[in-house]
Amino acid sequence: MSTNLTNPSQLEEFSYNDKVTKWFIGATMLWGVVALLLGVTIAFQLAYWKLNLGLEWTTFGRLRPLHTNAAIFAFVGNAIFAGIYYSTQRLCKARLFSDFLSSFHFWGWQLIIVAAAITLPLGITTGKEYAELEWPIDIAIAVVWVAFAINFMGTLIRRRERHIYVALWFYIATIITVAVLHVVNSISFPVDLMKSYPVYAGVQDALVQWWYGHNAVAFFLTTPFLGLMYYFVPKAANRPVYSYRLSIIHFWSLVFIYIWAGPHHLLYSSTPDWVQTVGMVFSVILWMPSWGGMINGLLTLRGVWDKVRKDPVLKFQATAITFYGMATFEGPLLSIKSVNYLGHFTDWIVGHVHAGTIGWNYMMIAGILYYLVPKLWKTELYSLKLANTQFWSATIGLLLYMMSMWVAGITQGLMWRQIDAGGRLVYPNFIETVVKIVPMYWVRAFGGVLVLAGFIIMVYNLIMTIKLAKKDDTEEVFAAAPLNSSSEEPNATAHRKLEGLPILFTALTALAILVGGAVEIIPSLLSNNFVEKNPNVKPYTPLELAGRDIYIAEGCYVCHSQQIRPTPEENLRYGKPSTAADSVYDRPFQWGSRRIGPDLARVGGKYNDMWHYRHMMNPRDVTPKSIMPNYTWLFKKKTDFASIEKKVKVMKALGVPYSDEEIRRAYDLAQNQANEITKGLVEQGIPSEMKNKQIIALIAYLQRLGIDTADKE
Amino acid sequence: MNVIYFMLPLALVLGALFVALFVWATKSGQYDDLDTPAKRMLFDDDKSEIKRKGDL
Repeated sequence: MSTNLTNPSQLEEFSYNDKVTKWFIGATMLWGVVALLLGVTIAFQLAYWKLNLGLEWTTFGRLRPLHTNAAIFAFVGNAIFAGIYYSTQRLCKARLFSDFLSSFHFWGWQLIIVAAAITLPLGITTGKEYAELEWPIDIAIAVVWVAFAINFMGTLIRRRERHIYVALWFYIATIITVAVLHVVNSISFPVDLMKSYPVYAGVQDALVQWWYGHNAVAFFLTTPFLGLMYYFVPKAANRPVYSYRLSIIHFWSLVFIYIWAGPHHLLYSSTPDWVQTVGMVFSVILWMPSWGGMINGLLTLRGVWDKVRKDPVLKFQATAITFYGMATFEGPLLSIKSVNYLGHFTDWIVGHVHAGTIGWNYMMIAGILYYLVPKLWKTELYSLKLANTQFWSATIGLLLYMMSMWVAGITQGLMWRQIDAGGRLVYPNFIETVVKIVPMYWVRAFGGVLVLAGFIIMVYNLIMTIKLAKKDDTEEVFAAAPLNSSSEEPNATAHRKLEGLPILFTALTALAILVGGAVEIIPSLLSNNFVEKNPNVKPYTPLELAGRDIYIAEGCYVCHSQQIRPTPEENLRYGKPSTAADSVYDRPFQWGSRRIGPDLARVGGKYNDMWHYRHMMNPRDVTPKSIMPNYTWLFKKKTDFASIEKKVKVMKALGVPYSDEEIRRAYDLAQNQANEITKGLVEQGIPSEMKNKQIIALIAYLQRLGIDTADKE
Repeated sequence: MNVIYFMLPLALVLGALFVALFVWATKSGQYDDLDTPAKRMLFDDDKSEIKRKGDL
């Protein structure tokens, strides 16, 4: 900034595009309320099943993906964009590259959110966690993200400050990596506008999905916020970051290590052991850079702790960094196989995730909003008292959340694996382990209410702040010298144009190569000749395929896993451990991540058709005290027989060995199987018109699960 | 498991990209001064500061 500021005539005047920042702030407040409200709703649904309201659009299985998508991509997403656009312009001393792209980015993103809010409750989903949106929306996300990338990189290139401050590096890593993750994980083959099947199946799909899933946490919820931390904490404290050197080391070590940790979501699964070990080792290593960043953030506040007590901005930021430290300690801990053995599929993971999203993201966002709103609207915060109320409400709410989930998770995990001296399960009925933790669900839901209440208080506080501000839309004009305008460089302008180009060029090239490579390589890699073959495992019948799509649409995977771990108690409870061959035709894989209900990998044949029929009508008829909602609409809605042929065709194109005969007769085959199942049920007194209903297709699918390999050693 | 043969190179390409960016950053002098950037960012939206320096 200083070296080439010698001649005032060389100064360029510019202003900042703060309008787009303000829009994104508004969107953050709106979607924040929506996301938290959804979270509270589904928390109460787990405590009291009747709150599923008996409507298909409001069941837990459909609302939980809506909650996660709203929280991550709508609430946190808009906050990231607000923070990045505000700080990047200041750090670059340049206006955003394009006002058009800024508006396009904002409105495009809001449209995507609205599309998600409509499609997910309707059951239009890919069935891949945190990537549930169907292919047309996925394409829209890619387009808007590229607009964001160009807008950001363009600003970076036109910067008037040679040094790229560490926050900007975190933003660069975010933009590049999220683009790659999203594209690779979303590649799928459309059946129609609302349905597609992924090009990956089973183990492959699991590896890609959790590589994506983990890095969504890394590069959507973590790296952008570390960048924001490195900008907003020093600004709010008015002190330089504790160690700039450490921040540089923090950045580079974090981006190199993070990308390898994904398989810790698949410990004890049927993925190769060495992949699991790599994931575990890198997760533990990750502890170091994470805490490097945490310490750097907290120590920036040394000497201003008196301010932390009074200033809501610093108070929220200090709390956010503290929770970040806790979550990044818990993460590596949970990635150790023996700890994961206990914690996996339990609420411990749910608690861990919320320590990150509420403790780190929500708190940091609150801090940033309390900083930005008074600054951008050129006024003072409406009420300090309300900000403090939010602080305590959110913090206590979060602590209740985390502690109840620790208790619930560890309790249930221990109950699942308790075996008596005779080698039998102490709690053979899964429902016993659920009933035990329901009180914790009430505590969690109450904690969630406190977090939501705090947020609403903040929104009120900020709206009042904005309302009381003088309306002033004029953009302040700043002046700074362009880069390379100093006299010792004769061809300065040409050089300046090239400066920074390497970044854009590398990024875009890498993206191009990745997309091209992905499109070309993946299909050939994913033909059917991989994974240990098991000749007993056959593709799903057309009706089972239709039933599987109903299973996915209802979000069954949200509460039921399909992956039996190779441990004694799972063997006793669920049967033979799952192998890679078991899910070779599963597109998408449905291994799940949480057992709110029991594992279903080998549920086929375990109960008779009538049991499933009654269970879906009212789970409490066959499992007293069950917390599963009634799925009455499955008995009214018709199975989409017309599209079955198309589905089988798409599966064949993806490499599933259906014969031409099977494709041609797909409709008849499905009808015949439905007839068969219905016949058996009619004998037990159900009306015969059930034949065309979704329940029959779903039963067909459930009864198929795991039986191909069940008793054949 | 073939997807590994895609994902490993992909992760390596991403890693290589970041190495390239790191080398570029170091070579172009981004890290020659690790003291003042942290302080200078504190003045980045201070209008008078910028103008005053320009007026010198």
